[in-house]
This record gives sequence, C-alpha cells and structure tokens, in this order.
Amino acid sequence: MIEVRNLYKSFGDKEILKGVNLHLREGENLGILGKSGVGKSVLAKCIVRLIEPDYGEIKVLGKDIIRMKESELNKIRRDIGYLFQGGALYDSMSVRENLEFPIRRTQIASQRSEVDERVEQSLRSVGLLDAIDKMPSELSGGMKKRVGLARALILKPKVILYDEPTTGLDSVTSGEISELILKVQEEYKASSIIITHDMKCAKIATNRIKIIMDGNFKAEGTYDELSRSTDKEISAFFI
Amino acid sequence: MKEVKNTNNITEKKPFKRKSAENIRNFYNSMFIDLGELFLFSVQVFKQFFSRPYEHKELLKQLYITGNKSLGLVAITGLIMGLVLTMQSQPILVNFGVVSLIPGMVSVSMFREIGPVITALICAGKISSGIGAEIGAMKVTEQIDAMEVSGTKPLNFVVATRVLATTIMVPLLVFFADACGLVGGYFGMNIFEKMNFQLYMTTAFDMLEFIDVVPATIKTVVFGFFIGLIGAFKGYKAGLGTESVGVAANSAVVSASLAIFVIDLVAVLVTNLLIRI
Ligand SMILES: Nc1ncnc2c1ncn2[C@@H]1O[C@H](COP(=O)(O)OP(=O)(O)OP(=O)(O)O)[C@@H](O)[C@H]1O
Ligand SMILES: [Mg+2]
Repeated sequence: MIEVRNLYKSFGDKEILKGVNLHLREGENLGILGKSGVGKSVLAKCIVRLIEPDYGEIKVLGKDIIRMKESELNKIRRDIGYLFQGGALYDSMSVRENLEFPIRRTQIASQRSEVDERVEQSLRSVGLLDAIDKMPSELSGGMKKRVGLARALILKPKVILYDEPTTGLDSVTSGEISELILKVQEEYKASSIIITHDMKCAKIATNRIKIIMDGNFKAEGTYDELSRSTDKEISAFFI
Repeated sequence: MKEVKNTNNITEKKPFKRKSAENIRNFYNSMFIDLGELFLFSVQVFKQFFSRPYEHKELLKQLYITGNKSLGLVAITGLIMGLVLTMQSQPILVNFGVVSLIPGMVSVSMFREIGPVITALICAGKISSGIGAEIGAMKVTEQIDAMEVSGTKPLNFVVATRVLATTIMVPLLVFFADACGLVGGYFGMNIFEKMNFQLYMTTAFDMLEFIDVVPATIKTVVFGFFIGLIGAFKGYKAGLGTESVGVAANSAVVSASLAIFVIDLVAVLVTNLLIRI
C-alpha cells in the first residue's frame, strides 16, 4: 500500500531522515516507534507530500507520489486519512462542519441526506455523536483527537496515517482510542501506519512494529518479539 | 558540524563595515526572494479565482467580515480628513478670494488621493494583519496541512475567497470614505460661513472629472488585491511556533502599507503618461 525507498530529508544542515525504507502491506497496522524528535512526523508528512523529501522514492497505492501533478496528487490524497498530532480541527467550524468539509470540497457526496448520514456514521464510530454541534474550542483533548479521527475516516480512506493518536491522553482514553484504531482496521479494511510512543497503544493496535533511531529503522518485529529483545536501546522502549 | 562553527567564527571576526554591508545585501537578497515568492503565490491564487468549486458562501462571509471590520473606522477617518482639509485650506483660499473652490478641491483630493490611500492603509492595518494572523494560526496548528492532505485545496477555499473579498470590498470602502470626506468638508465649510448642502454638493461634483475617478478606482482594486494577497502570503509562510503568528500579522501590515505607497506611485506615473498621450 505504501512503499518508501531510500528516503533522505534534512532541514538546513540537520539530517533527519537518512535512507529510510518502509513497506506497508495491505490490511496491516504498522507501528512506528521512536524517541521524540527523530523525525517520525517528518516521515509521515513526506508520505503525503506535505514535506518535499530531498531524495528517495515514495509510492502510495502503487503510484509515485513525488513525481505527480497537483491535480493527481489531490485525487490520491482522498484515499489517505491523516490524523494530525494536534488534531488540526478547523476551529472556525463546528464539529459537523469539520466533517462535512472534506465531503463537500471533494464533491464526493452531494445529496444532503447522504452527507448527513456519512457525518453521523463517522461520528458514531468514534462515539461522539452528541458533540456534533459543538465548536472545537469546547472539546477536551481526547474528544479533539477522536473528532480528528472521524474526519480522517470520512472519505473512507484506504490508507490511514496516525501521528501519535494517544499522546497527551489518560491511559483509559488512550486504551479506548487504541481499540478504536483496531476497530477501524476491521470496519474500513484499511491499512495503517501508527506513529506512537505509547507502548499500550503499540501493543493493542499494531501487527508489526518498526523502531526508528537516528534517521533510520534499527529494528522490526511484532510487539512480543521486540519486547523480548536483549538490545539495550530497544528494550528501553518496553520498560 | 565543525565546519559550520568555523564559518561562524569567520563572520564574527569581520570588521563592522563589511558586516553591515553584508547585512544590507542579505536584506535586499531576501527582499527579492520574497518578491519572487509573492509573485508565484499571486499567480497561484489568481488561478484559483477561476477554478472549482466556487465558494459563494465563504466569499459572502469574508465580504461581510472585511466590510464590517473597517466600516466605522473608514467613516470616521474620511469625515475627519474632509473636515481638516477644508479647515486648513480655507484661510489661504480666502486670501486669494477663491473660497468657492473649496468643495471642488475637497472632492478632487478625496477621490484622487486621500480616500484611496488612507482607506487602503486602514485596511492594511485591520484586514491584512487579520488575514495574516488567521492564516498564520491555521498554518501553525496544521489546519492548512489538514486541508491539503484531504485534497480540499486550501489555496482555493481559504486564500482565494479572502483575496477576492478584499479586492471587491476595498474599492467600496474607498467610495464610502470619499463620501464621508465630502460630508466632513461640508461641516468644515460651515464653521466659517453658512453654505447650502445642495449647492456644496453640486459644486463638489462639478469639479470632478472622469480622469479623477476612473484611474483612482482601478488603483483601489489593485490596493484591495494586494491587501488580501500580502496578508494571506505572510500567513501562509508562517513558521512553526506560535510567535510566528504575530510575526505574520506584523509583517503583513508593514509590507501591505509599503505596497500601497509603491502602487500609488506607479498609478500616478501611469495615469500621467496616459493623459499626455
Ligand atoms: N518544517 C520544519 N522545518 C525545520 N525543521 C523541522 C521541520 N519539521 C521538523 N523539523 C525538525 O525535524 C526534527 C524531527 O521532527 P519530527 O516532528 O518529525 O519529530 P517526531 O519524531 O515526530 O517527534 P515527536 O514524537 O515529538 O512528535 C525535529 O528536530 C524538528 O526540529
Ligand atoms: Mg511528531
């Protein structure tokens, strides 16, 4: 679903990504673990071309994202859901308008009833139907994350990128969100990349984990495999 | 890393004169880079004016916000400008015995120069900075990225609507300011001697010619475009931290004001050239 080859990116003289390779298989939830500031968000943003990489190859759904015209890029982006680290809700719009926005702008559904149904279905699946007429400023952090998730799901994406879906939440809520990610995987038959430092989330929601250190992936395996690792740097994540 | 440190030391050891010359060169370099980027940005925005989906509702909302924000301020300044203009020139014109020229003088100077420039400057302060801060905040909180990533073309929805709104609204505000200036001029006249309002208005408009109004109106359309464009551009270019929102708003006002004077100068040169032909 996603194929990243030999990806390089630096900001100024600071090298962030140094030849990253990544392959997301169909239907899997791939976890990416790494310390704060190693470039996890940068990698995710390169995949959707919010950041232009310096060198390398990225294929999403079989198409070369980097050498793509803007109209084509916009089309393929509709098949990618992206949950931002901070939620990134449009704060001049209500929850309903936030969810309607991508539908309306991409003209995927035009009938009023169809739009309403999609919005409600999406909100129901994150358990926030009550908050439909609230403004983002009235929501708690966890609710914002969930609305962000509902918005990421609204175009029924084939690939979903979660940038730290549980950071800053209490452990009960983050457990709920991890379950939600699992539910989404089944319900939407989507393949996902889950960036996180939350081990509970990694344990619940992922099928496979890659650990990124100093600009490159250093280890790979399932949660159980990696947690049994004797390497000091890797086992440090699992304490 | 080591190499970088070394070059830093070298620049620090440079004599002051060299360094300030370098600063000036850097300033001009970055100004030209900025201008180039602004040009590319304006081309992109201009394209979005004609590309689907058209956002009538958002445009109306932005028109309302733009107009509503500065209406009061524009009215008061227009009124005061007209008033001051008459009060300042009345004693001089009395000496020459041409008091009857005052209404015409007020109307010509309001329509030609004072109305457009003062209104545009107010809009630069109120609207351009507002757009810069708003879009800057959207950029910092990744809202623009979120729109980008869902293929919803933020340049079309967020930027084009705002730029179109200022392009339409600023000329209207200028006309409103001109009208308020005329009324202010009338009050000014009445401080010294009674004058009939109808007579005042007739003489004011008698002096006004095609050449006073049309180039000025075209100029205000350009003002409006750049007020929106520069605000959006600065917001769009905002960096990562929250402080960059303030920077965006601030530099929007500075650049938009500067742009207004430059456009004004160019407009005068062009009209003079056209008149001569
Ligand atoms: N647009 C940018 N311009 C300059 N530097 C950037 C930019 N984006 C990210 N960086 C730098 O790249 C590095 C990696 O950032 P990134 O946000 O990817 O970290 P992260 O792994 O997601 O960390 P966290 O877990 O805290 O979110 C940071 O040092 C950051 O300063
Ligand atoms: Mg991050």
